[in-house]
Amino acid sequence: MSGEKKIRVLVAKPGLDGHDRGAKVVARALRDAGMEVIYSGLHQTPEQIVEAAIQEDVDVVGLSVLSGAQLTIFPRVRNLLDENNAQDIILMGGGTMPADDVQELKRNGSAAEIFTPGTPVEKIGNWIKEAVAGRDA
Amino acid sequence: MRDTGVEKFKAAREKWESEFNSAKQRPVKYETVSALPIKELYTPEDITGFDYIEDLGFPGQYPYTRGVQNNMYRGRLWTMRQFAGFATAKESNERYKFLLSRGTTGLSIAFDMPTIMGYDSDHPRSFGEVGRVGVAIDSLQDMETLFDGIPLDKVSTSMTINAPAAVVWSMYIATAEKQGVPSSKLTGTIQNDILKEYIAQKSWIFPPEPSMRLITDIFKFAKDHVPKWNSVSISGYHIREAGATAAQELAFTLADGFAYVEAGIAAGLDVDEFAPRLSFFFNSHVDFFEEIAKYRAARRIWAKRLLNKYGAKDQRSWLLRFHTQTAGCSLTAQQPENNIVRTAFQALSAVLGGTQSLHTNSMDEVLALPTEKAVQIALRTQQIIATETGVTNTIDPLAGSYFMEALTNKMEEEAERYFAKIDELGGVLKAIDKGFFQQEIADAAYEYQRDVDSKQRIVVGVNEYVDENETLDIEILKIDPQIELDQVARVQKLRETRDNIRVKETLGNLRERATTGDNLIPHILDCVKSYATLGEIIQVFREVFGEYKEKPLF
Repeated sequence: MSGEKKIRVLVAKPGLDGHDRGAKVVARALRDAGMEVIYSGLHQTPEQIVEAAIQEDVDVVGLSVLSGAQLTIFPRVRNLLDENNAQDIILMGGGTMPADDVQELKRNGSAAEIFTPGTPVEKIGNWIKEAVAGRDA
Repeated sequence: MRDTGVEKFKAAREKWESEFNSAKQRPVKYETVSALPIKELYTPEDITGFDYIEDLGFPGQYPYTRGVQNNMYRGRLWTMRQFAGFATAKESNERYKFLLSRGTTGLSIAFDMPTIMGYDSDHPRSFGEVGRVGVAIDSLQDMETLFDGIPLDKVSTSMTINAPAAVVWSMYIATAEKQGVPSSKLTGTIQNDILKEYIAQKSWIFPPEPSMRLITDIFKFAKDHVPKWNSVSISGYHIREAGATAAQELAFTLADGFAYVEAGIAAGLDVDEFAPRLSFFFNSHVDFFEEIAKYRAARRIWAKRLLNKYGAKDQRSWLLRFHTQTAGCSLTAQQPENNIVRTAFQALSAVLGGTQSLHTNSMDEVLALPTEKAVQIALRTQQIIATETGVTNTIDPLAGSYFMEALTNKMEEEAERYFAKIDELGGVLKAIDKGFFQQEIADAAYEYQRDVDSKQRIVVGVNEYVDENETLDIEILKIDPQIELDQVARVQKLRETRDNIRVKETLGNLRERATTGDNLIPHILDCVKSYATLGEIIQVFREVFGEYKEKPLF
């Protein structure tokens, strides 16, 4: 990857809960995998997340959701990105959520991919690299 | 040991060592889940200087290493307290009645995130989160519904609420009053531990100083009016779930406890006026012996400090009483039925460690809120331990084990090392401000994850013994989105039908008092009784006290 532009990722924590263990571990692993990582901190609204994503010119937004609000949060962030001409930003995420919800989010296009507990962090980094390469191809 | 004894011991040890060193050893890391190295064998040499009375004492005697009661589970079993709450007050009320009918002996209330963060259900920030991870409580009206038909002088209730604890507790006291139960008869616990929020759980609202003031106001009010209430549950659970090691959980939690003691003393209370009502809440992770050692060390450290450093004279101030919850973070989404087994071992650790109450996680909690079936299995796990395994026959059965005593000593040493470090940083609040705890926990969480990813650490069903063709066939509890709409309508209707002049009066009075040094609890009670909402009361404090902001680090 040397000489190439580093992939920029916003790891964001929407919602009111404070479960940031997963978000922080993933953020650090992505940084160790050579990406530029911005961590939003807690309690972010969809509007704040989208504003940060655009301002920081990221390739990927990763949402960490452990509040059960995935079916409202992902579509909201995706719509706001699209409305702000940021269709090229890849939205993905992870957290504790039932398989049905994961399928629904992928089916309706609000999340490109969702990683649930037990996923090796390396897999997340590899997925991001491929997704960004695929988008830019 | 007499000289010949010493020689015999040495000779036997050398013989064993040489045999052991040439014998086969599986090539794995021999360490606890917290990465603490464990030796292949412990002998009297590992506890030289061991003094039974000084280090252990008898149960119910200083330093309480063996337990806080003289009779422990021979007198009374631990309280089987299952944490529950979801959707609306009405639905949670039905779940509590179900649990009580199945033999649970104490209630434990889970609130939804808007309640925990002090927002009403119709606040824009509550969108999508109402009733999701616990019950939505907007006003006294919801609290009355939550405990409808449950006599509050007969059950003990634990409420997992922190930043808005003073308000929710006031609602509970007011509900009891409406049932005709005086506050002096109420038993239970409010978590009310704001320090671990800044450290790990992150459900803060106000900055540390006014938060600590609300907590000492609660200490004072409880002393005079609600004397059987545990006014704070100093919590390691969330610190551990955030990724801390066992020693960090122990050290950070006790350091928080010392900070509350110091705050109470600074607020003009005598240590013995509030220390007996401080309680603790620990995690029970999957490393069996390490957890037991942690509980034993915790009791000993607390007793010593309260006596020696804070000068407590009342023996009840020396007792570290604790609730335990099995480790949510140890559960796996893969092959979730295996979580029943993990939880059973963790529950057994807590019992062998002398817990006063216990929550066992349900196998499906890693996926969603638990179903009734899963909750019942979790409760039955405790009942099997209590009645079938025989472990309650004798008190502190592992005492005297070379390994257990050495590990207990090790836990104490590690904790003392952290206390020294925290003192060096200027105390708990300063250490929070510097991100010390947060960074220690993030580092430990990251190292653990790397070990799992590289298979240095095995998690069954996740990185070994994986079932590639697994399909999930356990039922998942879903929260109907209609619940949020109903709850929003309920709080909006309340605002139309209550006496709004009275609400304005009580909130105005609270705002004035908040800027003085007055105890705020009686004034919060006035607001609550006028049916001012949780969000309205917290908003007054947000305006007077400001809001806390964290520096995000990873």
